[in-house]
Amino acid sequence: MSLELKKLSKIFYEEKGRGVVKALQDISLSVDDGQFVSVIGPSGCGKTTMLRIISGLESPTSGELLINGERPEEPWKQVGFVFQEYALFPWRTVCQNIEFGLEIKNIPGKEKRQRALEYINRFGMKGFEDKFPNEISGGMKQRVAIARTLVNNPSIVLMDEPFGALDSHTRSHLQKFILHVWQQSKKTVVFVTHNIDEAVFLSQKVICLSARPGRVKLTFPVKLPYPRDVTEDEFNRYRREIIEFLSAEMLSEPDSAIEVEPAG
Amino acid sequence: MNKKKFLILFLLLIIWQMLSVFTFLPGNKIPSPLQIFFAVYDLFTEGLPPGKPLLMHCFYSLLRVICGFSLAVILAVPSGILIGRSKQLREILSPVIETIRPIPPLAWIPLAILWFGIGIKSASFIIFLGSFFPILLSTVSGVLSVDVILIDAARTLGGKEKDILIKILIPGATPAIYTGLRIGMGIGWMTLVAAEFTGVRSGFGLGYMIMAARDIQRPDLVIAGMVTIGLIGYVLDLLLRLMESRSLRWR
Repeated sequence: MSLELKKLSKIFYEEKGRGVVKALQDISLSVDDGQFVSVIGPSGCGKTTMLRIISGLESPTSGELLINGERPEEPWKQVGFVFQEYALFPWRTVCQNIEFGLEIKNIPGKEKRQRALEYINRFGMKGFEDKFPNEISGGMKQRVAIARTLVNNPSIVLMDEPFGALDSHTRSHLQKFILHVWQQSKKTVVFVTHNIDEAVFLSQKVICLSARPGRVKLTFPVKLPYPRDVTEDEFNRYRREIIEFLSAEMLSEPDSAIEVEPAG
Repeated sequence: MNKKKFLILFLLLIIWQMLSVFTFLPGNKIPSPLQIFFAVYDLFTEGLPPGKPLLMHCFYSLLRVICGFSLAVILAVPSGILIGRSKQLREILSPVIETIRPIPPLAWIPLAILWFGIGIKSASFIIFLGSFFPILLSTVSGVLSVDVILIDAARTLGGKEKDILIKILIPGATPAIYTGLRIGMGIGWMTLVAAEFTGVRSGFGLGYMIMAARDIQRPDLVIAGMVTIGLIGYVLDLLLRLMESRSLRWR
């Protein structure tokens, strides 16, 4: 499904006092059906807020959100969310975590279990189905979280710095993994990161946001075939262009910072 | 480690016994451990007053505690979850709760007797008051301690308010609820015995038994009753801890 934001703004009013935080300002962007798009920007630029609005957890102060050209009544029916901190339910086993969405849809026990196990096998977690989240590694936690989202069969998958807390080895492994899953499932993906290499490695389009309030600064199509080679000249050319653009951006806004880190 | 703990207890008892034997301690005020041991035996076999054995006293005391405690759990856990979930409720109710909570349960005894007369109802009511607030407050803080991101995750997976309550808030608050149950049970049990000092009609109950021992000037029987109270309190807590570790395997 396609996704479109039209002049979306979000202002947070602090409860006590007169504090006002402008998180997003006039965000307009579009994501085609089946496209993999990354959103990068300095911390605190409202990337997470943007995802929360798309998923329906937060409502915009002004502007419009369109999914397949329509305003969604219940966004969670089409949109899945993968959180940075995994957000697994600690009292549920791996399998029960994955089953959560199916349980809410009242899918009968046998089918529910079967569908969860299918993901457990596909995601290489066989033998871990009855483990609790505190018994598995960070990389596996994130795979469980991804499985828990995908088993619900959303058309749009939002990922909020999903690999931010992982070591670089696990990270690069999961990057390849998520590309594989995306290519198989043909879902629309919006991937938030502050890592330029990750954005170039994964996505067909990179959207750069400015520091708070977040505005769309640049939309950057990445026309490289998959699988991408991070050591290739072409790859580096894309990296350099984005870094140069953002450095210029940073000079005008000294508070912002962008992390540059090898993707592999 | 366990052996060491018991060794120290055993040593203390031996020292105490020695002090009694060599009459450093006044026998009519502080009985020796052996005397207390025999007192427990007497309470088991003969009972106090005669014909009312220790086990019956325990049974009645436990019955009262279970009634009052269960009522407290049934009311405190659901209200705690609602109060924890709703900020408005918290703001409205907290002055009421914070005013009633510091009133010692024992200060309610006269009122309890006026309302319910002397008997199991008023004893259970006192236990209920003792257990209710620790359970309520622990439940509230348990609900508040649930990570907001888990609620968000449940929402994005299609969870409605009902699902969030049942599948997120309750399991998330369970560790804190168990803490509340243990504190509530402890306070309830302590309160009970005091409640029995004043109002028991059936002539059974550990508190009642201790008062009967005082009436006949038998400190050994009084202490025997106290030891029984301590042991039962310990076992009750042990049972709750067992339940806790069973249901919180994920921790």
